[in-house]
Amino acid sequence: MTTLDAHTPDAHGPGHDVIDPSRPMYQQYKHAHHFRTAADEFDACKTGLWLFLATEVLLFAGLFCAYTYFRYRFPAAFSAGSGYLDWRWGGLNTIVLLVSSYTAASAVRNAQLNQQARLKLNLLITILCGLAFIGIKFALEYGPKWAQGKRPGSLYCYPFAHEPNEPMWWSVYYCATGVHALHVVIGAGLLTWCLVRCKNQHYGPTHYTMVENSALYWHLVDLIWIFLFPLLYLIH
Amino acid sequence: MTTLDHSGHPSTPAHGGHHDEPYYTGKGGVWPTIVDWASTVDHKKLGVMYLTAILVLFFLGGVAALAVRTELLEPVTTVTTITASGQAVTRTEGQLFNPGKVDPVTGEVSYPADLGNNYYNRLFTMHGAIMVFMVIVPGIPASLGNFFLPLMLGAKDVAFPRLNLLSWYVYTLGSLFGVLAIAYHGVDTGWTFYTPYSTTTDAGHWRVVYMILAAFTLGFSSILTGLNFVVTVHKLRAPGMGWFDMPLFCWAIYATAIIQVLATPVIGITLLLLVFERVFRVGIFDPGLGGDPVLYQHFFWFYSHPVVYVMILPGMGVISDVIAVHSRKPIFGYRAIAFASLGIAGVAFIVWGHHMFASMSEMASVVFSALTFLVAIPTAVKIFNWIATMYKGSIAMTTPMIYALIFLFLFAIGGLTGLPLATLNTDLHLHDSYFVVAHFHYVMFGGTIVALLAGLHHWWPKMFGKMYNQKAANIGALLVFVGFNVTFFTQFFLGTQGMPRRYASYPAEFQIYHVISTYGSYILGIGFMWHLLVFIYSLAAGPKAKDNPWGGLTLEWVAASPPTEHNFDHEPIVTHGPYDYDTQVPPKWDPKDWPLPDPAKVAAAHRH
Repeated sequence: MTTLDAHTPDAHGPGHDVIDPSRPMYQQYKHAHHFRTAADEFDACKTGLWLFLATEVLLFAGLFCAYTYFRYRFPAAFSAGSGYLDWRWGGLNTIVLLVSSYTAASAVRNAQLNQQARLKLNLLITILCGLAFIGIKFALEYGPKWAQGKRPGSLYCYPFAHEPNEPMWWSVYYCATGVHALHVVIGAGLLTWCLVRCKNQHYGPTHYTMVENSALYWHLVDLIWIFLFPLLYLIH
Repeated sequence: MTTLDHSGHPSTPAHGGHHDEPYYTGKGGVWPTIVDWASTVDHKKLGVMYLTAILVLFFLGGVAALAVRTELLEPVTTVTTITASGQAVTRTEGQLFNPGKVDPVTGEVSYPADLGNNYYNRLFTMHGAIMVFMVIVPGIPASLGNFFLPLMLGAKDVAFPRLNLLSWYVYTLGSLFGVLAIAYHGVDTGWTFYTPYSTTTDAGHWRVVYMILAAFTLGFSSILTGLNFVVTVHKLRAPGMGWFDMPLFCWAIYATAIIQVLATPVIGITLLLLVFERVFRVGIFDPGLGGDPVLYQHFFWFYSHPVVYVMILPGMGVISDVIAVHSRKPIFGYRAIAFASLGIAGVAFIVWGHHMFASMSEMASVVFSALTFLVAIPTAVKIFNWIATMYKGSIAMTTPMIYALIFLFLFAIGGLTGLPLATLNTDLHLHDSYFVVAHFHYVMFGGTIVALLAGLHHWWPKMFGKMYNQKAANIGALLVFVGFNVTFFTQFFLGTQGMPRRYASYPAEFQIYHVISTYGSYILGIGFMWHLLVFIYSLAAGPKAKDNPWGGLTLEWVAASPPTEHNFDHEPIVTHGPYDYDTQVPPKWDPKDWPLPDPAKVAAAHRH
């Protein structure tokens, strides 16, 4: 025999045991059977999510490349284009996302400290901030601009353009912020799922992987906006 | 078998109920079994499901390839004759696949050449898109990787089993999009979807969008699988297994997974922009609106060049394992092979420009040309190490070993013919010709598909618990080898003489090469059908496989053939390297199967 075998605990995944409703759910969580310890599982989940965040950065890298390339090709159109955007709405949205990042980070801390009520409150505020961001984006920015004819590419029909290549600016603007907005919606969805599961004290000091990972994802969404905001609104 | 638990007391394996049965044991009845497979998180079942899907799609792509070759048997000619009544009649000859069109007034059916040529475009696009996105990219990682990575690491499953199931369904969804595009008469953009063609052709039809969405969705599946494998390698190695105790297949899968994770998102955004472009005409790739079609090519190849190594690296991993096991010798230069995998993964990201030498500045072309040559270094490191492994080894000419040798032969040709393509002045003559077609088929097919066949024959007994008839399988290998070379070696001549790729017709002097190539492809097709029969016969009536039929030292041979649901009775502890043939006796080794070389002799040969 070429290997020594070590006995492992009997193989059972989560969900095999009877759940005791009188005890908090997080205390009854059993890690999946193919991990040696719960800490291993937590580490693996975090590694996985960091890798996923890397893929998200690379996804947006394509958009940033497109932005750089077209800004280099049509500097006047891009300068005129950012002039159409109101930095105050963009700034407000930046503040909204920064606040939500703070509450998301606090939610993780609340889970670690078993502050169940604050955990729910912080998750709720984060989700509401996400919705506020989407609301501002669509009702106050996309809506009026679309109505004026400031649309991407061939859909463009704004009659008072300063520069002939402004449609390209709007293409980049809508693609970049649109894909970002989609990520805000997905992030808010993940956090909503956390909030729903909070009702049985699903998360606590010994088990908060989902809260932590959703918050990490939310920070990434925030971070991408931190780059998009100056590139689109502030640089002239 | 002596086993020790953590306290050091001898213990017997805890046999109980279903733990002893093969992983694929049915759940009492057809429906429960189907539901069990459809909802399984077992990496082995998912590996088998991927393998099945990949083989089905390989068949579809292969049929398209044979249709392409058959269409090329004769050049397309248009002949105009004057009939007795003085009418000029134009006829097209040499086209097999021409749907024809009906004149709305006279009701006559005519067969103009361009209809058939468009049909040809659809056929080769279907072949390329299926083979690249649905067969070769997921081929080895998703099927053999899923099945064997956890087994070789001594783990019970991959790190995220449910994510694994999700990525299987995403893969299925992506393939369905692709099949949908084909069902709507296919797309004619070529598998690369170059703009502006892909944004303007077939306007009013959704099939191009379906095909782009298929590639996008399949990319998503690829990311999820890659992410899963990276974390699995980091977190689930058995106790005692350091990074340099991993089998080289695991190293290759690890390097592949890193490329999948880092390159695929870029094609994700590219294809998304392409869909926006096509549906909303945003103009990013449209020169008419200020966009740039070459930007698309940069985006596309920034993914699709690294993905070439996603296709070949797992194959190299398979070959490393097969050659070491069937030569019964410690692999030569373990660390060199492992780091060469990472080296290839690194270089993969900086050579994309060689796909568009013609559309860049001279300086950029020179830089990309020089960088491209770098790929040859880690590749050659691997090839020389494999040959050094075989040197003075006790080589068993089994079917997997024969396929490994075929791999070395074909891949060497594929790799070396890449050099004239990377050289700027020769590429000027050879680019977009059949030389390129032959080159990448030698790499993709002669490399990846042959490695898949090597791996399949190597691990088949472990996957299904049945042996196959090796003599019959060797005949299949011969057919594939001969068919492949007849098909594609001819195309090197075609390319150097100036036959461009993707053309439906050609001057008459090229016909002899096309005819030889087409007959070669028929031999190839027969070879694959032969293999299919050998495998079906093995499943139906093959003798039961032993747990370690080849005498491998890695952990998958410790598990039963086929493995049980939880892979191992006990978590294995690794006490030796994966290829220590000079000091170790393989697990569950039966000296009747094959004589083991004297470890002392092997060690002596290794030293000299």
